[in-house]
Amino acid sequence: MNLRFTGRVWVFGDSLNTDAMYPAFAMKMDPPEAARQIFYEVRPGWTDEVSPGDIVVAGKNFGIGSSRPVAALFVELGVAGLVAEEFNSLFLRNAVNAGLPAMTLPHATSLFSDGDTGTFDLSDGSWRNDTSGVSGTVPTLPGFLLDIIASGGLLPRLVEQGYLPSDLADTLRSGAVAIRSAGSGA
Amino acid sequence: MGMTAIEKIMARKAGRQNVSAGETVVVEVDMTVLVDLQFAMMWYPPIRIHDPDKIAIVMDHAVPAPTIKDAEGGSHARKFAADFGIKRFFDVGNHGICHPVIADNGLARPGEVLACTDSHTCAAGAYNNAARGLGPAEIYSIMCTGTTWYQVAPTIRYELDGVKPDVVSGKDIFLYIANAYGDAPNFNLEYGGAGLHALPMHDRRTIATQGAEVSADFSTFEADEVLRDHLNSIGVADYVVAQPDPDAHYHTTRRIDLSTLEPYVARPGTVSRNGLPVSQLEHQKVDQAFIGSCANGQLEDLEIAADILRGRSVAQGVRLLVTPGTQAVYREAMRRGYLQDIADAGGVVTNSTCGACFGYHMGVVGPGEVCITASTRNFTGRMGSAGAEIFMASPATVAASAVTGYITDPRSVTK
Repeated sequence: MNLRFTGRVWVFGDSLNTDAMYPAFAMKMDPPEAARQIFYEVRPGWTDEVSPGDIVVAGKNFGIGSSRPVAALFVELGVAGLVAEEFNSLFLRNAVNAGLPAMTLPHATSLFSDGDTGTFDLSDGSWRNDTSGVSGTVPTLPGFLLDIIASGGLLPRLVEQGYLPSDLADTLRSGAVAIRSAGSGA
Repeated sequence: MGMTAIEKIMARKAGRQNVSAGETVVVEVDMTVLVDLQFAMMWYPPIRIHDPDKIAIVMDHAVPAPTIKDAEGGSHARKFAADFGIKRFFDVGNHGICHPVIADNGLARPGEVLACTDSHTCAAGAYNNAARGLGPAEIYSIMCTGTTWYQVAPTIRYELDGVKPDVVSGKDIFLYIANAYGDAPNFNLEYGGAGLHALPMHDRRTIATQGAEVSADFSTFEADEVLRDHLNSIGVADYVVAQPDPDAHYHTTRRIDLSTLEPYVARPGTVSRNGLPVSQLEHQKVDQAFIGSCANGQLEDLEIAADILRGRSVAQGVRLLVTPGTQAVYREAMRRGYLQDIADAGGVVTNSTCGACFGYHMGVVGPGEVCITASTRNFTGRMGSAGAEIFMASPATVAASAVTGYITDPRSVTK
């Protein structure tokens, strides 16, 4: 997962909660099917339209709610990054730990419209709306969090540190695959 | 400059003299709690872990297993506990929702750091502990390394004053606060003040638990004699409390006069700026009434429900579900006759689990239905169908509503 990502943006509103992205009924599904339920009620059909490399832009209080690993479902869909005016801190942590780039950008939902192309770089905080030409910078995350994202998430680092078997290294580079272990134990 | 309660714990556990809002700190974790979903949804057997004595496992979200996936998760948990000698293993039969299990078993100690995946981990803040939800990957990492990190947020101070009326519970206090002040993402909440001494532990636990519902980071209570007496009664000793300094810096301070409050209800969707006194709500029929969860499955919550239901009946066409917070609470409520009263009134008492609160099992709601709940969360679709409406209120209001069939101020049905 790269700290710099470019893609088509999808713009959502404020206070998108985890039940809207990873509802309880989806928790009984395997990740590929669960990922098809994201925004099932907020924006029905969105998972049929989104393509790998696309970017989700949201408003304030993005991800209020549960600890369930929503970020891993976005990874499953191929979403390249999350941008929000404000993140719930647990949701942000889950994104970092799944290796999914996340940038806090004030007024993001005014600066971007559905279908615009955006470029975001977590390493220097720069962003640009390639469609409108507007650009700017935001404060960067602490370096050790950028390292986790760049490593593909937290679990691959635990392999490097010898806490998990080395043969899991490649498997664990994707946060989505990390939750696919359900029931298999491997 | 002085520190808030949370800043003090962060400084202590990071080995620093001072910590202030805006900093990112790496801290030692005193207790890490794994729940069943971890083993069902994100589990790889580790090669080594930090310290088995600093780990607890609680089976709570999906017990007894409603799916094969959850049953396999249980097998993983049992094998892990056996392989690594995890002594604090709350398996089915000795289980409960993790937050009351944590509280009742002395795992949340004042001045210390507790880690758990679940978003309502902030519940342990009632014990002057630094606890918050961290997600399954972070918990896995802490299990291995013994450390985690926090971006220290600014703190909002709630200065409690006065004595609440008897009918008002921690739930009403929280719903009042959530309605009056709205969301607090990337803020800590700290509760204290002259009115704290008159607020029982079970009400503090409800309030601390619900900090997640306004998107707050930590919600922490000052330590006082009520907490010390409670900890003494469950055998917790040798802790060092974290009291805020008199010159601690707060983002803002809000005063709450508890004596002016009355039963509150939140309308469906969110508790944030979405509530009103029950006495002002229009006539609202209900199909299901639920009392349970980490917020309201306590013995005191069941006692309140039993007192209202005793000698009365659940209204025709209404389903009342009651889920004790832990099996220990279940057994004590059975000994005291509360479960008998609830069942005699026509209520259904379930085993202890997160169950209906998160719409996974044990009583999901269907399209077009209305639920009044004393649980944690009233998001659209939270308890089942996105076409259902979830109102949130105290156990007293839910029990009263179950009896009348519409959302009812408990003052109109109490003895």
